[in-house]
Amino acid sequence: MFLQLIMSGLSFGSLYALIALAMVIIYKTSEVPNFGQGEMAMISTFVAYTLLVTYQYSYAVSFVGALLFAAVLGVFLEFVFLRRAKDPNVLSLILITLGFEMVLYGLASWKWGADQRDLPFPVSDFDTVSLGPAVVSYLNIATLLITLVLMFFLFLFFKYTKVGIAMKATQQNAMAARINGIRTNRILSITWAMSSLIGAVAGILLAPIATLDPNLMLDPLLKGFSSAVLGGMTTLVGAALGGYILGIIENLFGGYVSLEFKSIVAFGIIVLVLCFKPSGLFARHYVRKV
Amino acid sequence: MDMKRDYYEDIQLLDSKVLWFWFIMLIAALGVFPFLSPNYYIYMANYMAINVIVTVGLNILVGYTGQISLGHAGFFAIGAYGTVLLMSYLHVPFFLALVAAAFIAAFFGFVLGLPALRLEGPYLAIATLGFGMAITQVIGRWQVFGGRMGMEAPPLTLFGVNLETDFQRYFLIIPVTFFMTWAARNLMKTRVGRAFIAIRDSDIAAETMGVNLTLYKTLSFAVSAFYTGIAGGLFAFLLGFINPSTFNFFLSIYFLAFVIVGGIGSIFGSIMGGVVMTFLLLELDKIQEISFLGIGQMLAAFSERWMTLVGLPNIASIIFGLIIILLVVFEPLGLYGFWIRTKIYWKTWPF
Repeated sequence: MFLQLIMSGLSFGSLYALIALAMVIIYKTSEVPNFGQGEMAMISTFVAYTLLVTYQYSYAVSFVGALLFAAVLGVFLEFVFLRRAKDPNVLSLILITLGFEMVLYGLASWKWGADQRDLPFPVSDFDTVSLGPAVVSYLNIATLLITLVLMFFLFLFFKYTKVGIAMKATQQNAMAARINGIRTNRILSITWAMSSLIGAVAGILLAPIATLDPNLMLDPLLKGFSSAVLGGMTTLVGAALGGYILGIIENLFGGYVSLEFKSIVAFGIIVLVLCFKPSGLFARHYVRKV
Repeated sequence: MDMKRDYYEDIQLLDSKVLWFWFIMLIAALGVFPFLSPNYYIYMANYMAINVIVTVGLNILVGYTGQISLGHAGFFAIGAYGTVLLMSYLHVPFFLALVAAAFIAAFFGFVLGLPALRLEGPYLAIATLGFGMAITQVIGRWQVFGGRMGMEAPPLTLFGVNLETDFQRYFLIIPVTFFMTWAARNLMKTRVGRAFIAIRDSDIAAETMGVNLTLYKTLSFAVSAFYTGIAGGLFAFLLGFINPSTFNFFLSIYFLAFVIVGGIGSIFGSIMGGVVMTFLLLELDKIQEISFLGIGQMLAAFSERWMTLVGLPNIASIIFGLIIILLVVFEPLGLYGFWIRTKIYWKTWPF
């Protein structure tokens, strides 16, 4: 029972971790928690569905197409709206992303209605394999593996590629980065594209477990955001760990205490943690000066 | 023209004769309105008034104290459920129940204000958001609150009169709104209001000047929650029926949108925001029925060809989102900023 709960917690946790990573990547460069993240992923998942079911393309073509769409969507939102904001402060930036959320949610509900659909997926959710006492579906394993591989590549990207290092430079000090010849605007666009892409991966992995409708990402987004806050909005590793911690705790609570109040416990933990560590578990706390 | 010569001029509520004139005109218009207009518009006016209370309350927190809240739907729900429960189980008279429920909301606001002392930006956003979600979930799951099915509002009796129609309720809701708005404008001219504004401009600087941050930040949350609680209590009777799905995350965003559209840090802006956005909200819901230039049919045909017909009312969400984005990008002060610029333009006209 315990191991079983841990395993499914890890599987959900990796989805939370992906969303948390997507949010942190944007937060670190643009200083804005992107509330539109979930709906961006949801729309991309719908694009995958349309390519796959309506136009009957193969899995590879549809998923790559959806990911490309996600990247373009991210760049579009950053370039058209966020960049135009004059004199932005935290509140107005948050509001702009909330605006994205509403627009995208409205568009998706208008285009696809409220019907619940199933996104076909090459890996089955019903075939299972026994790992000791725990029974795990192939889809859970695939989710976990894909997430870990993606994280590994992200790590390599930030450590060794030129663009990745330029991103880190922009995050630390945009002005100094510009002086050193980095086009920070372009870096911002790339950040949004990457983040949107990671979010879309989470959406496509989630859709086969859940049902595909415009509400698909509403709850996962909040959980992913909570994980990011739990780990610390400024560390990539912390955010990913936060996702796993949240996934496991939530599942254990659901299994042993109360299934009904499972989704509240996440927010309870967040508020408690923030009371003691206001910048999250794994981030250093900076004291602001006047 | 706008020169203030002593302190008492500065704290006057209505500082010119022109303002007094328009103020009296407003009261007269509000008094005459329900006798002249069809029932649907009275319902709409009630709805607007309730949203104005929320907007004013949220503006105290967001606009004047500089905090952020994505959980005001939670306070709204506490107000609504509190009033209904107190009235139907304990048979408390309406006004007492309304105020008691609002104080319960204010207490929760105070509790939520405690973590807010250490949090800011996205951290505060997620804490308040979590609070709002938790309230909705608890209400939806607990049988005392009627569960998913919701609750029916008990009959509303006031001074021996049973308020059944929108017309009758108008004379309850509008005076309450009027009083609450008046009180907010008054509050902002007192020591407390100035402390709020000092915290917004820079909390650390305010603290060094002797403003008690713990007291005033939690107080701001409590006051804001109190306003929202009152509005929630009235809202329960406006609809006559409440269920948990009404008080979702989107409602909190809508409330924030009212504040932004009206104008951050302005009572007058809050009134404009509440009125205009409620109008849009109610009208966009039935966008298919617009016969003007055949827009309704065109949209329906377009939906049938490219989108889905069931999803058509979601245009409201799209338009709301666009309004928020465009306003924040191009006119950060909202309708109030627009009003100020128009006024200055006419005042200095030939130049």
